[in-house]
Amino acid sequence: MSLRQGSMRYPYFPGCTLKAKARGFETSAVASAGALGVHLDEMENWQCCGATFPLQADNSFPLVSPARTLASARKMGERLVTLCSACYNVLKRTNHVLRTDVGRRDKVNAFIEEDYAGDLEVMHFLEVLRDDVGFDALARSVKTSLGGLAVAPYYGCLLLRPNDELGFDDPEAPHILEDFLSALGCQVVDHPYKIECCGSYVALEPGDLASGPSRMVVESARSRGAQAIVTSCPLCQYNLDVAQQGAHGREQAGVPVIYFTQLLAIALGLPEDVLGFEGHVISPGPLLRCVGVVGSDAIA
Amino acid sequence: MFVCWCGLNIGGVVDVPRVVEEISGCPGVARAVDYRYMCSDPGQQLIRDIIREERLDSVVIAACSPGMHESTFQSVAESAGVNPYRCEIANIREQCSWPHQNEPLEATRKAVELIRAAVEKVRGDEALSALSIPVTRRALVIGAGIAGMQAALDIADAGHEVVLVDRLPHIGGHMAQLSETFPTLDCSQCILTPKTSEVGRHPGIRLLTSSEVESVSGYVGNFTVKIRRRATYVNWDLCTGCGLCTEKCPSRTPSAFERGLAEEPAISIAFPQAVPHKPVIRPEACRHFTKGKCGVCEKVCPVGAIDFGQQDSLIEEKVGAIVVATGYDLHPKAKVGEYGYGVYPDVIDGLEFERLNSASGPTQGQIRRPSDGKVPKEVVFIQCVGSRDQENGYPYCSKICCMYTAKHARLYKHKVPDGQPYVFYMDIRAGGKGYEEFVQHATEEEGVLYLRGRVARVFQDGEHVVVFGVDTLSGKKVEIRADMVVLATAIVPASGAKELARVLKTATDEYGFFSEAHPKLRPVESLTRGIYIAGCAQAPKDIPDTVTQAGSSAAKVLTLFSAPRLSHSPTVAAVDEEICTGCGICVEACAYEARALDTRRHVAVVNDVLCEGCGACAVACPNGATRQRNMARSQAMAMIDAVMG
Repeated sequence: MSLRQGSMRYPYFPGCTLKAKARGFETSAVASAGALGVHLDEMENWQCCGATFPLQADNSFPLVSPARTLASARKMGERLVTLCSACYNVLKRTNHVLRTDVGRRDKVNAFIEEDYAGDLEVMHFLEVLRDDVGFDALARSVKTSLGGLAVAPYYGCLLLRPNDELGFDDPEAPHILEDFLSALGCQVVDHPYKIECCGSYVALEPGDLASGPSRMVVESARSRGAQAIVTSCPLCQYNLDVAQQGAHGREQAGVPVIYFTQLLAIALGLPEDVLGFEGHVISPGPLLRCVGVVGSDAIA
Repeated sequence: MFVCWCGLNIGGVVDVPRVVEEISGCPGVARAVDYRYMCSDPGQQLIRDIIREERLDSVVIAACSPGMHESTFQSVAESAGVNPYRCEIANIREQCSWPHQNEPLEATRKAVELIRAAVEKVRGDEALSALSIPVTRRALVIGAGIAGMQAALDIADAGHEVVLVDRLPHIGGHMAQLSETFPTLDCSQCILTPKTSEVGRHPGIRLLTSSEVESVSGYVGNFTVKIRRRATYVNWDLCTGCGLCTEKCPSRTPSAFERGLAEEPAISIAFPQAVPHKPVIRPEACRHFTKGKCGVCEKVCPVGAIDFGQQDSLIEEKVGAIVVATGYDLHPKAKVGEYGYGVYPDVIDGLEFERLNSASGPTQGQIRRPSDGKVPKEVVFIQCVGSRDQENGYPYCSKICCMYTAKHARLYKHKVPDGQPYVFYMDIRAGGKGYEEFVQHATEEEGVLYLRGRVARVFQDGEHVVVFGVDTLSGKKVEIRADMVVLATAIVPASGAKELARVLKTATDEYGFFSEAHPKLRPVESLTRGIYIAGCAQAPKDIPDTVTQAGSSAAKVLTLFSAPRLSHSPTVAAVDEEICTGCGICVEACAYEARALDTRRHVAVVNDVLCEGCGACAVACPNGATRQRNMARSQAMAMIDAVMG
């Protein structure tokens, strides 16, 4: 392994979904990070990220929970790594408020009895891979060739917007996932819906509202030859995956929607028990066996 | 001592009669009077009469800013026998009545103080006479697009020599790239070539193409300009422009004139009507320069004009005035990711469409899309790409896009009658003679479909470029499977404009457009005397406005040249050489390069003409050797005492 630095340690915030529905996201990420010399130190006593960033400017109460997380992470170091796009979005935007709005900062600090100045850097794991590990070094660490796999990146909204607060990537023409997939050796499938809406929380409403946008996203990737879609958002994963249930059913070949870290773990040749593909509507197993990147039938 | 009411501007706030009463008793004040409009003819006559009656040797006018009427009152004073530099203005409008509208008592007190200070100043004023400077009656015009050519022709036709510089090998600017022009749809080359050939053969115009201004020193009437003439590797004195070299050249490189839609030989003439009609070699594409072999052009040239050893040369020109006509560029492709501009070959900009439509362009004027040469049947035009976009572009309107998009859509429809043009717009700004009618013709007679709304995304889908937009009038989302998309990208200043502004010691706005001295009343003068602006160098504008402004800048140059000598204010810095130690602190303090050290005599000197009288050196001088004429230290102290009471 030829990494730019030796072992890197980061405080790490998992968030609720990664302990429940998206367990595979976390296990694959933590194991992959370890293989790349990155140690993700899970915060003790972390609590809800806030789930959605509050847009009410005169109500600071929803900032309390993420602010507590930020304040305690700051005591562990200068940076905090997240995996889930929603956690990243809420924590980074809350941090932006605390950094730039003195009035709200004082109010929240008074309530949580902290003296946090907003000087933590909230990072997404993709940024760690790009900036600290480096995509070139990542490419050199790949053990399992994924050259036969055509993968479509899917960003959704939470990683990219609002750009002046997140500054993650070009919100109109992002390329970090493409660069990541290229480093793993995949064929990258560009498609126009990669930053369009997945349907978001409309999925909670009865009826077919959310599956419309989700199907458009899947169709835009599939029609351009994508065999899989990668994302970093559990809600996007759920929406895109479930939307295919009606259309294709379990029997038909759908497009598996997987977390970028699951693909990373496969590329790094990690044991299949870290992948955590259980619970996917469209199982990635058959595809991955078909292209010869996983061997075991244990993958559902 | 004269106090102006300025109607209610001053009189509505400041208690003018009370001011007159308080000032009357001041030491040195012979008489204080007020009048409703001091700048009016009766007001001026009042001043003259009282000067003569009281035999005054100096006057103070309490009125508006000296920027407005100082010169008016100076000449009034002079006509009545008072030295104009012993006429002082107390600004009791901009600096008193306007900002203190709600505090009339305080404003009145402040007006008295400001006037007392001015009275103290005028008591110390010397009688000075204006400095006289010679003027070189030659002009430099930077940029040879339609603006620069027009200015150069107007100046040269009036009998003054013009040095016309362009960094490209040919003249004509962007107008040479256009196919037809709005609102009359006449061929751009047809109306341009008479100008380019006239410029090319005019005995009064020294044309320097492939050249850039490197440095400028001096001042109004007396600039010295260094110009770098780039190597063209062709001896133009010998070259006949026969074109044999370009036919035989084996290398190909994307043509900048065709905006990358076609290739040209490494030695080429950009377009058939180019003036001068002489080729240049682009060394980055030439096999002789990149690989060290070839030399075909050298072998075939019948007159031996190829000169691979040619070097850049620096020449010096002396001119009295400079016209900046550096034009525009379009918003860079990399910044419009959502439209795939620069990624998808069939997403092009307005100038690329001009080339597709041009008879001498890459498709000989047939509308064929870049990717596969097919005739596009559905074309989407998107306006305001980068313009009127505070978040991702520029807040300003690029002004010409509504018109040229309507023109494009109409020309497309003329050539592809069964095709469908769509135009996404924010609103249509067609102010200008015959403009609204032109757009109306597009919407009502020619079947161009106008959709009011923005486009969110453009992407390639097989052979199509799919456009996601919204029609805000019907409230519906629109998806168009188009064959080609044309973006009306924002007009931005030509590259290097800010650097040139630094060389010229004049200002640009935050975007890099050259700043005019006054947006309404002095729109062609820059903030530096003797430097004028024309065309898109100042702001986005169309051809008629550009030609108008170019003519206006030429008129300003000719006005400057018509005076036998120029005058300059004498209220500049002066040095008491008995005290000066030659430390040089004043040289560092000067922002106008007006101060220098005389190394032989070890004293600091002042270049009167460059000095703007700002006083920075006088303040910086550690031992008081530099003083500001008519703002001596004693005057400043007396003024402060007057204000502090």
